[in-house]
Amino acid sequence: MYNFEFAKPKTVEEAASAMAAEGAQALGGGQTLLPTMKQRLASPEVLVSLTGIDGMVGVSASGGSVTIGGATTHAQVAADVAESYPALAALAANIGDPAVRNRGTVGGSLANNDPAACYPAGALGSGATITTNKRDIAADDYFQGMFETALDEGEIITSVSFPIPQKANYQKFDQPASRFALVGVFVAKTPDGVRVAVTGASNEGVYRWTAAETALNSDFSQAALEGMSGDADDMISDLHGSGAYRAHLVGVLTRRAVAACG
Amino acid sequence: MPKITMNVNGASVSAEVENRTVLSAALREEMGLTGTHIGCDTSQCGACVVHVNGKAVKACTMFAVEADGANVDTIEGQAHADGSLNIIQQAFQDHHGLQCGFCTPGMIMSAAALLKDNPKPTEAEIRDYLEGNICRCTGYQGIVNAIMAASGQSAAIAAE
Ligand SMILES: Cc1cc2nc3c(=O)[nH]c(=O)nc-3n(C[C@H](O)[C@H](O)[C@H](O)COP(=O)(O)OP(=O)(O)OC[C@H]3O[C@@H](n4cnc5c(N)ncnc54)[C@H](O)[C@@H]3O)c2cc1C
Ligand code: FES
Ligand code: FES
Repeated sequence: MYNFEFAKPKTVEEAASAMAAEGAQALGGGQTLLPTMKQRLASPEVLVSLTGIDGMVGVSASGGSVTIGGATTHAQVAADVAESYPALAALAANIGDPAVRNRGTVGGSLANNDPAACYPAGALGSGATITTNKRDIAADDYFQGMFETALDEGEIITSVSFPIPQKANYQKFDQPASRFALVGVFVAKTPDGVRVAVTGASNEGVYRWTAAETALNSDFSQAALEGMSGDADDMISDLHGSGAYRAHLVGVLTRRAVAACG
Repeated sequence: MPKITMNVNGASVSAEVENRTVLSAALREEMGLTGTHIGCDTSQCGACVVHVNGKAVKACTMFAVEADGANVDTIEGQAHADGSLNIIQQAFQDHHGLQCGFCTPGMIMSAAALLKDNPKPTEAEIRDYLEGNICRCTGYQGIVNAIMAASGQSAAIAAE
């Protein structure tokens, strides 16, 4: 990989000014960015490490929601929200493998918006709010297609707030070689209705399966989804699974998630 | 070049590295600690697992400058001071937990991290924890048996 200048700021303000430099890029846990740089698909001139910013690491729960610092690792989320939001803890605990979870961060995952990543489903399914150094962005406005987000150049995810649903569950069908989701479905029953977020399946990246939401709003049961599946025409088709297979999995995993919600 | 200082296996070590130098390269090339192996260099295989501030990480997927000031434990620090093998290493030897030995440093470091958090894991928990450690000699049953034995449990006889 090409060499770069390295900055390790202590505050969000310092990080924001470092990010203003030409060719600057944020570094979270590096679990995606570092392999990308090795392949020279990314060659930032300045890397701004966010993991030394105390204010961006940690979890706090209050008033029916949990707020997670943008540089908090998956392992810490798995441990720290186990009681307040078990479905989110389980999602974090199943990302990749233990070593990936000890470095990878929620901010890095959401900024990257990999079409097979787990956090986008958790954030969209929960109706989370993504907070940056500039503004708050609702999850419904944040995800804009594969690897595309509402973030501006140089914008830093400082924290993410997840309202805690009445019931929630995430079902991940592992792609065993990559350890990402072949398909993943996050179901949340909230006071404002049911939300169903699907990752790994669509060519458009994470999305809400509104037909399932409508069915579940009138009857929150597996039976309400009988015979329903995703739309194969919109699905990713690759050597790991055809579009039809993924569309089928969307239906199966959503039913499993509803069943697991109890 | 930036100078980094780490506490490696209990001793303070300094080295000059480029910003782009990954931790596995710093350990192997600057510090002569070649026990940390590089299999894939793409965070898939786990041969390079070391502990940074007590947590298992893939040293090929972390910049050395990010470990400045950290406590780093590698396979070289696992044996006892008199050179005898620690309980996990000995169990790997006793239970055929290695064939060629390439994956073994990463397996041992992952096993050590697991047993620190979960001193009596089930066989399923061991397999789940080792998801990111690949053995090309397919010695998994021996590896699982060794970790069962190292945690004071009778080793499974056959794969479930
Ligand atoms: C073997 C393996 C298995 C994996 N399995 C899964 C899985 O099952 N599910 C899953 O969801 N993910 C998986 N991942 C991805 C993992 O979760 C990554 O950690 C994550 O996608 C990126 O987080 P990071 O902190 O490492 O970000 P980095 O790699 O540091 O950065 C990724 C991108 O985000 C930007 N960025 C980082 N932090 C911020 C921030 N706070 N604000 C703005 N931009 C930022 C960077 O500039 C870069 O563009 C896996 C990765 C590996 C290597
Ligand atoms: S060499 Fe680091 S994971 Fe394979
Ligand atoms: S013992 Fe040869 S790779 Fe595991």
